[in-house]
Order: sequence, then structure tokens, then C-alpha cells
Amino acid sequence: MTTYEPGAPERSDLFVALPAIDEETTRRLRDRLVREAQTAGLLDVAYRTIDSPVGPLLLAATAKGLVRVAYGCEDHAKVLERLARDLSPRILHAPVRLDAAAKEIDEYFAGLRQGFDLPVDFSLARGFRRLVLTRLRAIGYGQTASYAAIAVAVGNPRAVRAVGTACASNPIPVVVPCHRVVRSDGSIGQYVGGVDAKRTLLTLEGRPAD
Amino acid sequence: MSTTLPPFEEVVTTHGPTVLRVCRAVLGPMDADDAWSETFLAALRAYPTLRPGSNVEAWLVTIAHRKAIDQTRARARRPLPVDPLPEHPAPSVEDRQDGDLWAAMQALPFKQRVAVAYHYVAGMPYADVAALIGGSQDAARRAAADGIAALRKTYGKGGPR
Repeated sequence: MTTYEPGAPERSDLFVALPAIDEETTRRLRDRLVREAQTAGLLDVAYRTIDSPVGPLLLAATAKGLVRVAYGCEDHAKVLERLARDLSPRILHAPVRLDAAAKEIDEYFAGLRQGFDLPVDFSLARGFRRLVLTRLRAIGYGQTASYAAIAVAVGNPRAVRAVGTACASNPIPVVVPCHRVVRSDGSIGQYVGGVDAKRTLLTLEGRPAD
Repeated sequence: MSTTLPPFEEVVTTHGPTVLRVCRAVLGPMDADDAWSETFLAALRAYPTLRPGSNVEAWLVTIAHRKAIDQTRARARRPLPVDPLPEHPAPSVEDRQDGDLWAAMQALPFKQRVAVAYHYVAGMPYADVAALIGGSQDAARRAAADGIAALRKTYGKGGPR
């Protein structure tokens, strides 16, 4: 608990047997903190996790919109640490703030939704990478494009490898569909969530790959 | 030592329960929720300026202490509560609820109450308690000892350790 070492003070027996803070109290106080933080403009990053056919996904949003979707293989604790470093340490678990995003992503995996109406925040991608990600949003549901074609589309036909890097570091996978970018020979290519996840998404969209 | 601050969520999860107990010990269960909320909101506001590697719990208790002083002053301006302090006999160990202990603490003078709360509930060494509440380390130790002695009379009969 506390970090006072060594010679941590004795605890009087009066305080030893106190029951743990009950869950209901904890929830009430945390809900209030999220509410008040948001009202005061102090909730810079809100996050929650959802279950999906490709494993647990971490969703994080700023006031501007969805800023991060992270696969389990990316290690959610590490992802949150990096968000604290790169955006702001004012980060709270605030599921309500991500209800709309969670609903749209659920609908997508249920096959009920083909496009996302969510505002997104590209703060975590800069320059060429951001340009590529913006372009990816134009690849429709069930469509694919090659890394080379995207390089041409962003006006830099020789930057095929850089397109691959931009896709691999996409901070908002699923919603920004880097899974729809495949190799020129039609093979599936790499994916931030692993090749199996990429295959699952493409199959869901009616484009079985490989 | 880390060079970046962890997400504030981690601060709430790790230190929230202890800070709530400190608030309950100092202000009683009724006002503790408000003090806890104000403490964590103020902490969230100032968090980006906290030096990485700082003692976060001591920092939170310092903020809570200021909130407790504010609330105690506000309370002094409010009319007295209708219900007197509980006078029922000390409950058996099995019956003890922390609410009773917090209520018993409310009968202590402010200085004793905060000394007990910061040393015994938050686990702060007397040097840090003294820095926070003012006065010498010995005075902080005496205040906490007097507080515990008084609590034993009004609350429980557990043998001294």
C-alpha cells in the first residue's frame, strides 16, 4: 500500500480489522469523479475495454474523439502508459464516455454496421502516417487495397514500405481500416492485431483472404 | 525511478481506499465522500505537474488535509447536528463497524484526529505528519498517542500494543 520503508509505523489494532471499502461505495465515488472531471474539463483521456471476436479491445477517447483502439497483444497496461506519456496523464476508466464507440464496434462485429460515424482523433499519428490513415478511411467495407495502391493514392508511389509502417502503427485499428490493406499479390500481409485478427475482419466483411 | 507519470486511473485504484479511510477518520463518514471527491478532483487538476517518482500517497493526503481544514471551518459555521454523538457502549469486536470508529474519532480534538489518521490510517511517519499538521515530531507523536488513548476509552477495549 504505502511506500514508507523501512520502519513503517505500527498500525494500531484499532484500525487493523476495518472492513475493505465496499464495491458500491467505490463505484459511487468513481462515477462522481468521472462526472466532475468531465464537467471541469479535466478528463483528457477516457477509456474502457470491450470484448470482441478478436479478443479484448481497449478504447480510448479524447474530447475530440476516439484516439486509440488497442488489441490485447499490444498489452493494454503499456498502451495506457504510452497514452499518459504522449497525450496526458489525466486518464480515467470512464466506460460511459465510450458507450457510443463501443456500440458501433459491437454492431460492426455483429455484421450490422459497415461504416463508423464516430469522431476520431488522429493526435497519435503525424505527417505521412496521418496522411495514410486518412486515406484508409476511403477503402469501403469489404474492399481491399494494396500497400502500393495506397502509396500511389497519397502521391508517393515509392513509399510502399512507409505505407506498411503507417498501417502497422495505426492507433485506431478496426475503425480506421488498415486491415483492408493487403499485399499486391493478394496475400494478407501483416497486421497490428496479428494476422489471425486481420483474417477474421476480412472474413467478416466477406473477403476471405489467403 | 520512472520518468513519466502513470495514468491517473492507477492513482485512484492504488490510493483511493486509503484516502477514503483518512477522510472518514478526519471528517466522519458523512462528509468523507465530499472530501474524497474534492481531493481527487484537485489531484487530477494538478497531476500533470507532479514530479514523476514523488510519494503520491503523501501528496494526496496533503491535499486531503487542506480539504479537511476547509470542511472543518465550513462545519463550524453550520448549525450543530441534531443527533448527539453516539453514546452506546463500545460494541463487541464482532459488532464493530468502521462507522462507529469514525464516529468515535469525531469526538477527538482536530489535532489528535489528524495525527491518528495520518499516522495510523495513512501510515505516514511522524516526521511527515508533523510537516503536514505543524509542530514538532514529538508533538505529533503525543497527539496521536493521546488520540489513541482517548479512542480506547470511548470506543474499544483492545489491549494496548
